[in-house]
Amino acid sequence: MTSVTLGRKPHPASSLAQQVMGEAGIGIALLALVAIFTLSAPKFATSDNITHIATEITLNTMLAVGMTFVILVGGIDLSVGSVMALSAVVSGDVLTAGGLSTSAAVLLAVLVSALVGMGCGLVNGLVSERWRVPSFIVTLGMLNVARGAALQYTDAKTLYDFPESFNRFGTSTLLGIPTLFWISLLMVAVGHLVLTRTVFGRLVFAIGSNEEAVRLSGHRTGVVKVAAFVIAGFTVGIAAVTYMARLNIASPILGSGYELNAIAAVVIGGASLSGGKGSMVGTLLGACLLGVLTNGLLLMGVSDFQRQMITGAVIMVAVVVDHYRGRLASRLVARP
Amino acid sequence: MTARLPSPPAPVLEATGIRKQFPGVLALDDVRLELLPGEVHALLGENGAGKSTLVRILAGIQQPDAGGMTLGGKPYQPADPAAAMQAGVQVVHQELNLLPNLTVAENLFFQNLPRRHGLVNRKELHRRAEELLAEVGLEVRPQTKVERLGIAQMQLLEIARTLWQDCRVLVMDEPTATLTPRETSRLFTLLRAITARGTAVLYISHHLEEVFELGDRMTVFRNGRHVATQELAGTSTADVIQLMVGRDMEHEYPPHVPREPGPELLRADALHPRGGEPVSFALHAGEVVGMAGLVGSGRTETVRALFGADPRQGGTVLVKGRPVRIASPKHAVRHGISLLTEDRKSQGLVLDMPLAANITLAAIGKISRGGVLRRAEENRLARQAVDRLAVRTPGVRHPVRTLSGGNQQKVVLGRWLLAGADVLVVDEPTRGIDVGARYEIHQQLVDLAADGKALLVVSSDLPELMGICDRILVFSRGRVVGEVQRKDFDSSQILALAYSGYTSADSPAPTNGDTP
Repeated sequence: MTSVTLGRKPHPASSLAQQVMGEAGIGIALLALVAIFTLSAPKFATSDNITHIATEITLNTMLAVGMTFVILVGGIDLSVGSVMALSAVVSGDVLTAGGLSTSAAVLLAVLVSALVGMGCGLVNGLVSERWRVPSFIVTLGMLNVARGAALQYTDAKTLYDFPESFNRFGTSTLLGIPTLFWISLLMVAVGHLVLTRTVFGRLVFAIGSNEEAVRLSGHRTGVVKVAAFVIAGFTVGIAAVTYMARLNIASPILGSGYELNAIAAVVIGGASLSGGKGSMVGTLLGACLLGVLTNGLLLMGVSDFQRQMITGAVIMVAVVVDHYRGRLASRLVARP
Repeated sequence: MTARLPSPPAPVLEATGIRKQFPGVLALDDVRLELLPGEVHALLGENGAGKSTLVRILAGIQQPDAGGMTLGGKPYQPADPAAAMQAGVQVVHQELNLLPNLTVAENLFFQNLPRRHGLVNRKELHRRAEELLAEVGLEVRPQTKVERLGIAQMQLLEIARTLWQDCRVLVMDEPTATLTPRETSRLFTLLRAITARGTAVLYISHHLEEVFELGDRMTVFRNGRHVATQELAGTSTADVIQLMVGRDMEHEYPPHVPREPGPELLRADALHPRGGEPVSFALHAGEVVGMAGLVGSGRTETVRALFGADPRQGGTVLVKGRPVRIASPKHAVRHGISLLTEDRKSQGLVLDMPLAANITLAAIGKISRGGVLRRAEENRLARQAVDRLAVRTPGVRHPVRTLSGGNQQKVVLGRWLLAGADVLVVDEPTRGIDVGARYEIHQQLVDLAADGKALLVVSSDLPELMGICDRILVFSRGRVVGEVQRKDFDSSQILALAYSGYTSADSPAPTNGDTP
């Protein structure tokens, strides 16, 4: 997996085997789903529906981009849903405060939202690094802290009445695809480049695989790990503004459970929860697969409850397949 | 040997022709062992002589590739540790195998808790535990949680645990490592009581004085082969050491080229690893300096403290005469110091990443500009290192996991050469590496010294150090007890120095787990 994302010219055997077993595997599964739904649900392959799917998966894609960094360094962030609510209400307050021109208010709101998210991410990262607390526990705490802070901040009220142009942007399309989805794709692209082309990305993968080896090679691994949480916070902040632009409200209870969808997208995308293995392209495909599955089942008339069961089963299958995929790929590579 | 006795008692346990092959290493080659009822039999040998492998075979943890064992005259082939215990072979391992959250009594009888109506019969459990604790002289209540005991108490508990079971052979692997002299003498009294019942004790210890005090006979292994089995009475410490080390110094090392040492590159002044002793030494350009000593004598702790891998209590490090602050590996790397850890897989390599990424890990600045990787440059430098060190690999983008141990070691070496290290600290450079690759690694190390680097080699393999070093620092109980120049190399003398810190009765012997 890593050699695919890191190597421009990987060894032929490893390249082919790992591509087929890695991202290509999810791609094939995604195509199969699309084919099934196209045949069984007439409304599935319409341009309206494709726009709809893109709208639906935008938020999860953004959150999953940040989550990929955290999972790659061997952590997890359970707080993204709550932090998103906190970012939304604080920046929503900025938007409705008045006194600024619309564009200035929107810019400030984006900035504030990102800073709130990054602040929460910084706390998550620092606490888990400084006191060696598993990030699972720290972010579980942050999940409650941020949710409570959001409710406290707004006195449990929902903010609305954002500038009209803000909402127009949120529902606009570019080349038939929602503008916001383009933004999420941009985030995927940047994330991909950071992971595969930069020193930081290299260290993210290496730390997830063997932190001690990286430390003994003279790197400050803690800084990289904290940065991964801050990046996750940044994507949460952007996702919060996205949510407000589309739905025109900021509620302190929004985003509940979003963290699990983001984690699911990353894991379906082939990442290992113990770190060091995964890719941004896989994460995007994972988010698409979840979105297509939900939408297709809905169009086929599958009930809400059954849909939930099927989605859960898909996540489990993805993890089991991943387990065998790693072994199979290494066996194929090991063969001379 | 026993043939001279008037009526040789039948052995309790007899092992013959035991052979065990590990990948790249023949750990045991046709060894034998014979334990008589009621004797304390010492098993001696240097680190890596095969003692632990034999213990694991006796305990049913590993199966021999060839050879047979009999216990009480019947064939003995334990499939797992439970079968070994069932048959009456009890092993007290160096590492404690207790369950810290359970009570003393529960740990004692864990395999067979007394039951009544399907529930644990606590009254019976505690009564039996008290009996057993009295027998070993351990003054704790059966209800105490094991985590609240001291290490020595845990050790005694570990021993007590074997006593209620059918015990025909008791194997003790470094049992006194953590005991005070008083506790040790209590343990000896206990062992004598156990042998009086006819149980044979196989006793493994670095502490030769203990061996002479307690043991009846000994068996010596060297390089996985049986060297001698004889009575301890009438044998001297020097005889034992000579048997352990052997006299055959093979020509399996690169030819030594004498060189005048260059300028001083590194000096450690009273470097004090946490929990260790202060150590001072200096390294010069062009030198290969060895660190000899028993496992646990402080060598690994010293080099890790030097590198900033573990915190230290004090001391100064001077690089090229100037004092420098080394609080983390980052600082050490900046000052041109490198550490090739003894455990390559868990501390050296990122196994799933390509060879190139592993080689450039400590010199990432050389393959990046403004934080962006320059992959063409990375591949070029990696290929250079592969050529220079003759790493056998299908390509630099190949994951290092698939390489052999020797080639993996070369990758780590390549990493530090690329990082521009002047001082290479190498901990157990050839552990787990097969004979062919060993020579290559040795040649590389010697060549690096010829290039003006300073090398510090930690090894438990004394012939290795004598083969490649210009001088050897000998560690014993955390201190440098001697420095031997190449012209004076003598394995018996070096080994005697290595043991010197442990020969007084009031000192605990080193543990065998060289935990960093």
